[in-house]
Amino acid sequence: MLALGQDEIAKYPFLADAGQYLKDKGFTLEQFGSDPDLKQLVDKAFERIQVAADGKIYKSDLIGDQASKEAALPREVFSFLLAIVLLKLSGMHTLIKRFALAEARRAEKYLERDLANISDESKKELAIKIIDDLFSVQVEKLDDYFVISVSDYLKHSINFHEREWKLINRHVENGQVFLTPHETVRLIRKELGTYINSKIINAKTPAMISGFEDSVNKLVLLSKKFITFTVTSGEYPPCIKHAIEELEKGENLSHSGRFMLATFLLSKGQSVEQIAPLFKNAPDYNQRVTLYQLNHLSGASGSGTKYICPSCEKLKTQDLCFAIPECDNIINPLQFGKKRK
Amino acid sequence: MQQADIKFLEDSFKKYYFEHFDLIRVPERTFEREFGYQKFNSGMIRHISIKDDKELHLLFMQNIPSDVYCSNAYYTFPNLPMNEKDWKEADLIFDIDAKDLNLSCRENHTVSICNECNQVSKNSEHCLKCNSTKIEKKSLPCKNCIDSSKTEVSKLSEILIDDLAIAQENIHVYFSGNEGFHVYVYDSQFQQIGSRERSELADYIMFNGTIPETFGMKKFKPNRSSFPNFNEKGWRGRFSKQVFGSKSKRTKIISEFLVNGYSSFQKTLDDTSENIGVKIDPNVTMDIHRIFRLPGSINSKSGLTKILCEDLNKFDPYYDASFLSDESVEVFANSPIEFCLKNKKFGPYINEKVTLPTFAAVYMICKKLATIV
Repeated sequence: MLALGQDEIAKYPFLADAGQYLKDKGFTLEQFGSDPDLKQLVDKAFERIQVAADGKIYKSDLIGDQASKEAALPREVFSFLLAIVLLKLSGMHTLIKRFALAEARRAEKYLERDLANISDESKKELAIKIIDDLFSVQVEKLDDYFVISVSDYLKHSINFHEREWKLINRHVENGQVFLTPHETVRLIRKELGTYINSKIINAKTPAMISGFEDSVNKLVLLSKKFITFTVTSGEYPPCIKHAIEELEKGENLSHSGRFMLATFLLSKGQSVEQIAPLFKNAPDYNQRVTLYQLNHLSGASGSGTKYICPSCEKLKTQDLCFAIPECDNIINPLQFGKKRK
Repeated sequence: MQQADIKFLEDSFKKYYFEHFDLIRVPERTFEREFGYQKFNSGMIRHISIKDDKELHLLFMQNIPSDVYCSNAYYTFPNLPMNEKDWKEADLIFDIDAKDLNLSCRENHTVSICNECNQVSKNSEHCLKCNSTKIEKKSLPCKNCIDSSKTEVSKLSEILIDDLAIAQENIHVYFSGNEGFHVYVYDSQFQQIGSRERSELADYIMFNGTIPETFGMKKFKPNRSSFPNFNEKGWRGRFSKQVFGSKSKRTKIISEFLVNGYSSFQKTLDDTSENIGVKIDPNVTMDIHRIFRLPGSINSKSGLTKILCEDLNKFDPYYDASFLSDESVEVFANSPIEFCLKNKKFGPYINEKVTLPTFAAVYMICKKLATIV
């Protein structure tokens, strides 16, 4: 674990050992429910979650003169820790996810500022160390850039769907990718969110603490807002239509094209027997082989693995994507035509 | 394929494996690899683990396979089902195939074989005899196919070395045994990356998925200063050389880009991709569980050997990869296209009985253009 100073814990509260922190400061959770002065902090924690649920980033009161900062620091950490307690007590996973993401973005701002800090070398070092310790990404400073190995870059960039993150749109040289401080930190956003999320999920849920009930009930109400319904148009996406047309014409659809079509239809609930005739026109059609392969993909034979339809990204690489505006930035053909209500 | 043909191919292959086992490159860390093989007219047998070269030799002698494969991946238990193998890492592999290069010469040396009546005709979408569309195409690649594939290999090597910092000695180039080349990269930073990462790497090498901003064209208020220069490293430099041609033309061409605008520039990028992107088969590179043709083994699509190219420029597959004997054999040949092997010309043959050296007979039988009499 990193040795952190007071203001670092306030910036990156998820790095602190919660129980230990409270003990070190001489508090118990129960006191926050009963002591009127401390109870304000529970309200602050609730606010912190509410801000996150709205998709915003919680603004800390870390800015200001030194004296008020001294007092503000522990409050910052407490409100974070109490927010986790409230979330655990509410048991609402949608809220935990949103909170983790918002907290990750908050930490991201500090990380970026610390990385770009040219006057205080130690701040930059700490940011680099956090990135290395938490995500095993070794960042090096090279002139105005931060460089990381191409393989490390790829491990994280594959989580992005925007084209600017594709390796081809990056400055690559000598096995390394060149990034600005902003991009360096942005690269690990998802993992930072996942890290905070898993820390919360893995934290023990305490028994209900008297004085916390109101906030917890409000959280349960709040989470109702996020229940969504989806409706599907039932129409096939263009890639699937294209594949079916190719087969109908008796064209030789590539192996990956057949894989896409079969896995797509299986996911849509069609049976092996319903799908098999589609391949009848293929120049190399063999009923026995087709059934064997479809059964394999469906998980009915072989290792039992159910294969899923490849992502849009993969299909693009395989020249199987024929995107139209209605695709609307989906990341898998299976999402085509689904609308949230 | 008929029994007599299979017997002849098996005898020829067996002789090769008996006499040329030294050409088989038993891969390093043999016992961590998955092996697989096919026999003529039969399915794939895989999930085999092999201890050393002796065991491998035995596999060849006992089974006389038509094709032998070995994983680029390393596993703890290569003989178990896929999800129990315990994948450790995989060498980076690339497949460059003349059939993917959109070469204009191709239609001149492609034949169509009807799956229904076995009629052989020059490149056609349906059978000229029975009109069936169940056509199998076979290509007898020409010098242009091989030279163009070599160019792609050189482009690939340049990117691997300059952009991705791969040491030259860790790049091994093999003739695939049929229409192209297989490139292996050992001991790189990419050993442990997964399939999605490899797919991204493939896009990088193929120049796929570019956006105008990367090459200097902004959507709003574009200006001259951000366009790439000749001396830049990586794709920006290669793009400059390709698109500007010479330094004197650069200014004029940039002006044209600015006039034509953002979406026209995207089109330029996509068109350029066809020229400067390396035409690898992305499916091979992104597959981390593949069993890939074993170096030194015979490719049953041609009877030629998958062999290491020490000097790519001088390499001539129709001489350097042909190892079968020149013993004479009589075949019934039907090949409308001529070809050259071991510096000798063969064909065209129109439904005729001919006596050929074994290496040529095997080549034609593998291409389904001849049968044993």
